[in-house]
Amino acid sequence: MNPKKDLIGIERLTADEIYQYLDLADNFIEVLARPIPIVPALRGKTVLTLFFEASTRTQISFSIAAKRLSADVVSFSQATSSVKKGETLLDTARNIEAMKVDGVVIRHSAPGAALFLGQRLDAFVINAGDGTHEHPTQGLLDMMTMRQHFRDLKKLKVLIIGDVTHSRVARSNIFGLRTVGARVAICAPPTLIPLEIENLGVEVYNNLDEIIGDFDVVMALRIQLERQGTGLFPSVREYRACYGLTKERVMRMKAKSIIMHPGPTNRGVEIDPDVADSKKSVILEQVKNGVALRMAVLFIHAGGKIE
Amino acid sequence: MKKVMEESDIRRALIRIVHEIIEHNKGIKKLVLIGIKRRGDFIARRIAEKIEASEGLTVPIGALDITLYRDDLQLVSEAPIVEGTDINFDVNKKIVILVDDVLYTGRTIRAAIDEILDFGRPKAIQLAVLIDRGHRELPIQADYVGKKVPAAKTEIVDVHIKELDGEDCVLLHEDKRRKSKQKKAVCTSPRIQLHRQPKQKVKQLTIENPKSDES
Amino acid sequence: MSSLLIKGARVVDPAAKLDAVRDVLIRDRRIARVEKSITDKKARIIKAKDHVVVPGLIDLHCHLRDPGRPDEETIETGSQAAIAGGFTSIYCMPNTDPVIDNEGIVNYIYKEAARVDLCNVFPIAAITKGREGKELTEFAELLRAGARAFSDDGDSVADNNVFRHALEYSKAFNVPIFEHPIDKALAQDGLMNEGLVSTRLGLRGSPAIAEEHSVARDLLLAKFTGARVHLCHISTKGAVELIRRAKKEGVRVTCETCPHYFYFNDEVIESFDANYKVNPPIRTEADRQAILEGLKDGTIDCIATDHAPHCQAEKEVEFANAPYGMIGFETAVSLVVMELIGKHKMTWLDVIKKMTVVPAGITGEKAGSINLGTTANVTIISPDTRWQVTEGSIRSRSKNTPHLGKELKGRVTHVVCRGKVKYSFDGK
Repeated sequence: MNPKKDLIGIERLTADEIYQYLDLADNFIEVLARPIPIVPALRGKTVLTLFFEASTRTQISFSIAAKRLSADVVSFSQATSSVKKGETLLDTARNIEAMKVDGVVIRHSAPGAALFLGQRLDAFVINAGDGTHEHPTQGLLDMMTMRQHFRDLKKLKVLIIGDVTHSRVARSNIFGLRTVGARVAICAPPTLIPLEIENLGVEVYNNLDEIIGDFDVVMALRIQLERQGTGLFPSVREYRACYGLTKERVMRMKAKSIIMHPGPTNRGVEIDPDVADSKKSVILEQVKNGVALRMAVLFIHAGGKIE
Repeated sequence: MKKVMEESDIRRALIRIVHEIIEHNKGIKKLVLIGIKRRGDFIARRIAEKIEASEGLTVPIGALDITLYRDDLQLVSEAPIVEGTDINFDVNKKIVILVDDVLYTGRTIRAAIDEILDFGRPKAIQLAVLIDRGHRELPIQADYVGKKVPAAKTEIVDVHIKELDGEDCVLLHEDKRRKSKQKKAVCTSPRIQLHRQPKQKVKQLTIENPKSDES
Repeated sequence: MSSLLIKGARVVDPAAKLDAVRDVLIRDRRIARVEKSITDKKARIIKAKDHVVVPGLIDLHCHLRDPGRPDEETIETGSQAAIAGGFTSIYCMPNTDPVIDNEGIVNYIYKEAARVDLCNVFPIAAITKGREGKELTEFAELLRAGARAFSDDGDSVADNNVFRHALEYSKAFNVPIFEHPIDKALAQDGLMNEGLVSTRLGLRGSPAIAEEHSVARDLLLAKFTGARVHLCHISTKGAVELIRRAKKEGVRVTCETCPHYFYFNDEVIESFDANYKVNPPIRTEADRQAILEGLKDGTIDCIATDHAPHCQAEKEVEFANAPYGMIGFETAVSLVVMELIGKHKMTWLDVIKKMTVVPAGITGEKAGSINLGTTANVTIISPDTRWQVTEGSIRSRSKNTPHLGKELKGRVTHVVCRGKVKYSFDGK
């Protein structure tokens, strides 16, 4: 299967394409366990990580992934305000094109920024989060982690809790999980649920306590603290009371279920500290899988496309 | 198509290779086997079985996927399939017998050696292949060879393994992809030329003659 | 004594309910004769067989960016684009820099338009000073200078009481208030229509209710004050329904829509192409169907372009950071021909009415027909000519249109304004 030049979002991926990333990522887990966890696959390739929004974790994860494949990594990060930075992005595209890098990993606050760059570059572009649109590698690594715990994604019941409206992680997970046939539900106050999301094949709930026992995977989304008091929800305290993953709620979860979180966590808000560190929590596995998954993504998009 | 080895030939060749390995290394101490995926992996397992039958001891066995060490990733038109490497033992100070089905340009072996060295520092790496078909592009030689099959570059040496192909044998045949490409060229070009050639010939003749006169 | 004879065209003049093959003779800049067969040996002849001759088109809603942004558009380039699109009268909105809220700027626009001498350019003055939504402008002074309507377009007059007074005050002059219906609090600076597509793309949505809430208020206040309100660029199903009901109740309301609201639905935003970013946003397919229905049943009175030029540097950015608006003069006729007449089988009379006599009636302009003796404003359209939208073919200084690179059908070939041929299509 010939990959597309860029990875912009999971929405446009077929189930086969999703499994291609996941299968390859599973193989890279073994590479990461080697005495010298580096393979020469992308020797001589240059990957630029371009972060216009602070995200140390994702940038490090991509950098490590690229280095494990022997690519040269150049990192650029500049947190920008959301005001007119357009010229900069077009200029950036022109500059990157002139410098002839092979691939660009971009994080930007504007939805569509990765697509914008991809359309203007010969280099392959990987979306590392474009505003509230998508975060495809996070979605894929989440699916990879789920598959390690429950073989068949098709039979999986996944519950996503939190601010779905503003979550690229939720979008990427919803697109991916629905494409492979998993059952997906979201639970949040109605103010944090975007219009017509049920038309994406997602079940919508508002009362967490009634449903938490039905799911194999419970994923808590990060709550942006600055959103409290904007009318979306009254206070962090009330959010935690209704939607926080507390010990009491976790007790009601299925025996073999797992807890996920895209990080960084607001401990004591969407997830309690002892829940984040509990046996059910696979948060660190997600981080570990992130490197392997991103290796797979870089390898597929950097390798084998020239005839 | 020609059958260059039957099942019995393969069995005998492998028995001989096993004897040579044991003799050359004065036993099987420190010996480990690593097969190159996919067919080298199965041949390595057969060699391991025969060593066990002969010496009564098991030899550690691993499998290598060299995709990530290839030097031609850019040349592959489709996304390469990575099957994963499986080496669950320490290779440090071991004698590694690297096993593959066919030795050709030597590039696969180069990649395999590089990969093994990333796992540690073996005392030695030796190479066992079922077929050596020549046309090396790198200075690499096999220590143990089942059979030398001098084949042209336009030919393909196909090793069939029971586990994968249902039978044990080695076939030699023309590269079908090359042939079909040639066939296409042969098919299309005469069709166009059939009508044009006579005319062109006449024209060429009349033009060429005066020229040669002048000179 | 120059005369011009347009021969063999299908003449569509909604004011006269005429749709028939006629020859049209223009003499001394006036419509001299409209008859089945005219011969005039002295006249310059335009052979217009298979063409449609309509009254010069009138656009009640455009932005010329003059004064303020000569890099995006001027009265000169805007007039060139308008005339190439078949418009002989255009009404420019006051959100310029400085705002059209005093006679000086009104005079400037007339002076510039006269110098350029292509189409008629009529200024719409601001309802409130600086378009700040607080203090009314001097309506009488502005009208005397030549302002033809009042609008704070770009924004709604958010303060209900200020808007009430604007409507009341306008009654003294029988001048229409052009209102851009949007409830800013509900719109939340939305980047596109709020719905399934915005949910998928993660783009902040501006809900239909933001427009409808404001339309409802405008209709209530229009009813209450008895003033005339003209609702700009109607885009939602709910808004069409509210206006339909209000018209039945006798509210003095007129409204317009734009080609992009009957031609596109919000799935085009999947491309994240900022040329599709307009305000109000391109809505859902259900809304588009309702707009088409409103055009057919007469709820929607006219078709305006909302021609809104923006320079490439500002538009070729991330969708969220781009300004709202697309240019529309030069593609309007094609979109009308293709979508309304071609696909939806509206009659030429019905469609052209919404671009000539009806808008003329709203502002009281003496134009929009091919009446004998009137100043000749005539647009000739070749409905079957296909043409390519390219940066070179666009006369507007800005090229922000999603039709760039596309082939359209239906082309303005000649435009006569104030009796003179001001535009003829060179085939490129």
